[in-house]
Amino acid sequence: MNYIYDLHRAMMAQNLIIVYQGEFTQETTKSILAMAERNLDSSGEESGIKRKVFNVMVESLQNIVKHSSEANAAAGSLVSQSAIFMIGKQPDRYSIMTGNPIKKSHTADLKRKLDELNQLDKDGLKEMYKEIIKNTQISEKGGAGLGFVDMARKSGEKLEFDFPEMDAEYNFFCLKVNVAREG
Amino acid sequence: MEILNLEGTEDTPKIMLDKKNGIFEISGRSLPEDSAEFYRPVIEWINSYGKDPNPSTEFTLKLEYFNTASSKLILDVLSSLEDIKGMKIIWYFHEDDEDMEEAGQEFSELVEIPFEFKTY
Repeated sequence: MNYIYDLHRAMMAQNLIIVYQGEFTQETTKSILAMAERNLDSSGEESGIKRKVFNVMVESLQNIVKHSSEANAAAGSLVSQSAIFMIGKQPDRYSIMTGNPIKKSHTADLKRKLDELNQLDKDGLKEMYKEIIKNTQISEKGGAGLGFVDMARKSGEKLEFDFPEMDAEYNFFCLKVNVAREG
Repeated sequence: MEILNLEGTEDTPKIMLDKKNGIFEISGRSLPEDSAEFYRPVIEWINSYGKDPNPSTEFTLKLEYFNTASSKLILDVLSSLEDIKGMKIIWYFHEDDEDMEEAGQEFSELVEIPFEFKTY
């Protein structure tokens, strides 16, 4: 039974206010958003920060929903259910963190895209956003290809990411998006 | 012409398109699972309105939040309004919501329709 206490201590040490692991659907997305909103409201968080956190949460949760349904079709429920979503709250920032399996064959493309975003400043991100929204069609998965750009814009900081290896076929895509709480 | 009236939900906006009473409004939150599916009837309604529009139209967008998939569809809605004579967009944003103000400005740069900005 020690793992209950261990997990609790780990969450406290990392200042995690929400951790969710399991199935990701539009319904669970709405529940997680409602829970996080109540949490931010009751802590009296400033409305501008609250909106930015909400924004990043929606994009990151819907990313997992889209990609887990894809992984689900390909590899069974084991992969789709091994995604994780967390929010950490530090005195100076919120961190919205996600982890989900990604095919090794897709890793290089995603890494290149994120590296490219991290090279851009505020105006560069704005230009990229406008460029994509003008030229893109909504994909079958429902994405416009704007999610990471929007997260980077709302964050104002570099996106942090890593791809530890899961098995022969999959890496685990870890993403951390920070939203500053002060000025 | 039929009124298009959809109640808002926690992940879809309220839609009110009423030619007779001159009410054209999308308001609330927009983060549906399938944004293309959700906005299809709106764009169809506008396309049919465009064949015989009122002399002038004030189309109100009063969004509290929208996700990126919706932003693409909002641009599609604006594009479908673009060729209608006498069209004007009223873009509302909460007075302390700079991101929503900026989003409105970006949309106004992407289509050839006059925008008026108002706070609530």
